Amino acid sequence: MKLYLKIWRQKDANSKGKMVDYTMEGIEGDMSFLEMLDVLNEDLITKGEEPIEFDHDCREGICGTCSLQINGRPHGPDTRITVCQLHMRRFNDGDTIVIEPFRARAFPVIKDLIIDRNAFERIQQAGGYVSVNTSGNTVDANAIPIEKEMADKSFNAATCIGCGACVAACKNASAMLFTSAKVSQFALLPQGRVEASDRVRSMVRQMDLEGFGNCTNTGACEVECPKGISLENIARMNREYLSATAKG
Amino acid sequence: MGKLDSKIPSGPLAEKWTNHKNEINLVNPANKRNIDIIVVGTGLAGGSAAASLAELGYNVKTFCYQDSPRRAHSIAAQGGVNASKNYQGDGDSDYRLFYDTIKGGDYRSREANVYRLAEVSSNIIDQCVAQGVPFAREYGGLLDNRSFGGVLVSRTFYAKGQTGQQLLLGAYGAMNRQINRGKIKSYTRHEMLDLVLVDGKARGIIARDLISGEIERHSAHAVVIASGGYGNLFFLSTYCMGANVMAAWRTHKKGAFFANPCFTQIHPTCIPVSGDHQSKLTLMSESLRNDGRIWVPKKLEDAKAIREGRLKPTELAEEDRDYYLERRYPAFGNLVPRDVASRAAKERCDAGYGVNKTGEAVYLDFAAAIERYGKEKAYTMGLKDANKDTIRKLGEEIVEAKYGNLFQMYEKIVDENPYKTPMMIYPAVHYTMGGLWVDYNLMTTIPGCYSAGEANFSDHGANRLGASALMQGLADGYFVLPYTIGDYLADDIRTGAIPTDSAEFDEAEKAVKDKLNRLIAIKGENTVDYYHKKLGKIMWNKCGMSRNEKDLKAAIKEISELREDFWNNVRVPGEATTKNQELEKAGRVADFLEIGELFAMDALDRNESCGGHFREEYQTPEGEALRDDENYRYVSAWEYKGDPKNSKLHKEELVFENVELKTRSYK
Repeated sequence: MKLYLKIWRQKDANSKGKMVDYTMEGIEGDMSFLEMLDVLNEDLITKGEEPIEFDHDCREGICGTCSLQINGRPHGPDTRITVCQLHMRRFNDGDTIVIEPFRARAFPVIKDLIIDRNAFERIQQAGGYVSVNTSGNTVDANAIPIEKEMADKSFNAATCIGCGACVAACKNASAMLFTSAKVSQFALLPQGRVEASDRVRSMVRQMDLEGFGNCTNTGACEVECPKGISLENIARMNREYLSATAKG
Repeated sequence: MGKLDSKIPSGPLAEKWTNHKNEINLVNPANKRNIDIIVVGTGLAGGSAAASLAELGYNVKTFCYQDSPRRAHSIAAQGGVNASKNYQGDGDSDYRLFYDTIKGGDYRSREANVYRLAEVSSNIIDQCVAQGVPFAREYGGLLDNRSFGGVLVSRTFYAKGQTGQQLLLGAYGAMNRQINRGKIKSYTRHEMLDLVLVDGKARGIIARDLISGEIERHSAHAVVIASGGYGNLFFLSTYCMGANVMAAWRTHKKGAFFANPCFTQIHPTCIPVSGDHQSKLTLMSESLRNDGRIWVPKKLEDAKAIREGRLKPTELAEEDRDYYLERRYPAFGNLVPRDVASRAAKERCDAGYGVNKTGEAVYLDFAAAIERYGKEKAYTMGLKDANKDTIRKLGEEIVEAKYGNLFQMYEKIVDENPYKTPMMIYPAVHYTMGGLWVDYNLMTTIPGCYSAGEANFSDHGANRLGASALMQGLADGYFVLPYTIGDYLADDIRTGAIPTDSAEFDEAEKAVKDKLNRLIAIKGENTVDYYHKKLGKIMWNKCGMSRNEKDLKAAIKEISELREDFWNNVRVPGEATTKNQELEKAGRVADFLEIGELFAMDALDRNESCGGHFREEYQTPEGEALRDDENYRYVSAWEYKGDPKNSKLHKEELVFENVELKTRSYK
């Protein structure tokens, strides 16, 4: 395959970035998208140019590190996968591929395709946990039976990998899907119920402070989420938030 | 330098840990506020240790190269975590979990450490449930279990195919709670480049801010290395791309002994290699072996026809298939331990029965499970004589509910539907049992320097059983270190903050900077990956699933030459004072080029076969591993002497008072 790439290059957070063109030949369908970039980088280094920096780690769709906007879509043309799970067989000979970092004011670019997602960290730190010490002196794990349906829903919310595709997909750069997934995971479990009101208030407050936009129910986040986190979580968070603030 | 005292407490096996906890020194809460601890690595071991230590009142600094502690590679563990809860009433107990783990490790681990692991395993599950970890449950609302290799009970707790992520998010949540309280300071996108010793004690680290390139000094009263394993020295492995041995290796070079470097786990069920461009391998969880049956064709001509695309696996009649694990190991069948399953796959492929283009793949087939589940489901739905298609559909639904994400992952990578045609799998490097030598308190041979999780060597011997890595990481971090570290720090309550303007820090920082500048200055011909791939090939071909004296000797020479070439001919673009991913990689590969040599030396020293270490010279007539308890019942602990080839071997004799050393049989 021969491909024409347009890739965002930016020296550092303070420099202005621009799209740069690269042409690649001999790309095989079995290569992953990131392996294609590896090949390009090897080539650039050999030619004495600086390679393109991009974030990636597990390369199996679970760590949530990779964060590329490909042809305008977070994680590329397929749904329910991350960039590292995307293979070149998805593209055709002669295609032009535009590669950018996830775009959001709360996710500033660090270099080339790498973004700063510390805003997500701070939202989690604001309350994304159950306040229980790790002494091991808790009750037996089976002391509180949990309805399977609730446990499964909680699990589904907990599958969020914190990649930020939801923010990148949203026209308002809203972090509601991300935040609501964590709120829901705990709100649905008896262990998390105890602090549910405080948690939702703190996390939503931090989310707003970070400069993420609001949700206007377009649902792009749900479509682009590699783990298929449902919009239902946003509805649940809104309800939790409303009842928590009503309580005062 | 320190001598090998394992500090195993006296007394009966089952009472050692309790007695030890009762006897060790404690630090009072007011004094804990004046003590600093550095934790390097934020996976299950580091994350859980950091959270627990901060809860106790210590000031903790954590370091990880990822942009968030949550992304450490513990997150990729799929299958589950073991605990001796005996919720299934199938005869499990602490002793059984201990025994299975010791036997699974081919009697190359310490009884006392392993028993403690089994003892605290139940606490892990209680703790995680209390943290809101959404484990799989049955319809009655209680926790579900499944089986893993090498055991005959169901003791594995799981959260679909992403147990690691859920447990790590639990530990990450506990960390976040302490970050929010100001008790943990989390340094992300930071890499530890050296350990700093003051008066022979670990007193801090030199770290690089990976964004600014700045070199930083951080001091503490104790340092915990929880930076994971070194399997990426094989280049292709199931590790994440960034996984490296830098923190552990540089600690080793500062005096900590490195134990059993040759004990590597090759996981039997990974997606086979597809081409030269490949950057990593993907694991298919061991849990799949609960329901998948492993086979190759019985006849060489069928295997050839399949390889050439003239025959489909689904067309091959039942009697023409060789379910070789069920044939060789009737008692454990497809659930033999990983080392045994991997070697058996290699044996069949080497004999010419491999089923993909490269001849390096075997089948993992779910057809029987789909039919069995389908029939059961149809029956419970009242469809007493359902047709084949209905049964298949119902069965596929059940298999999807159990393993759906894994099947999806497989299909994305291989472009074949595993519900319709069997998966192809082949062994790949997955975990390293070796690591920094630690005593019972998890302290290395450097006072004040601890090591936890995969980074240490302590609990898995020569082979790790499935679902035991998560157990060990959390046991070390939540339940062992918080006690044992206090025993050491009790002497430090009057020390006060450790200054970072000392000669020791000056010297360490200078050495680190010199090394980085040297890498940049080489400006040679070859990329970092060029060397990494070359090293990987040497390791896989000569120090991989089976080893022999001749190859190991060749490997030692080749690695040493490759290292020299690296330091003369590598090309690292950019500068040391900015974000520079190639420089990060170069530093890591430089360390792999050193540990690789020690790895091969260790494998050469061990003239026996045990667990993941299979020496061709030492096998039974049936091709099973032949251990030599008389001469090799020891932990090899290597002391660094300026160059890997000068490393000095120390031996810790393993004492077995509670289990009888037997030939490990899964027949």
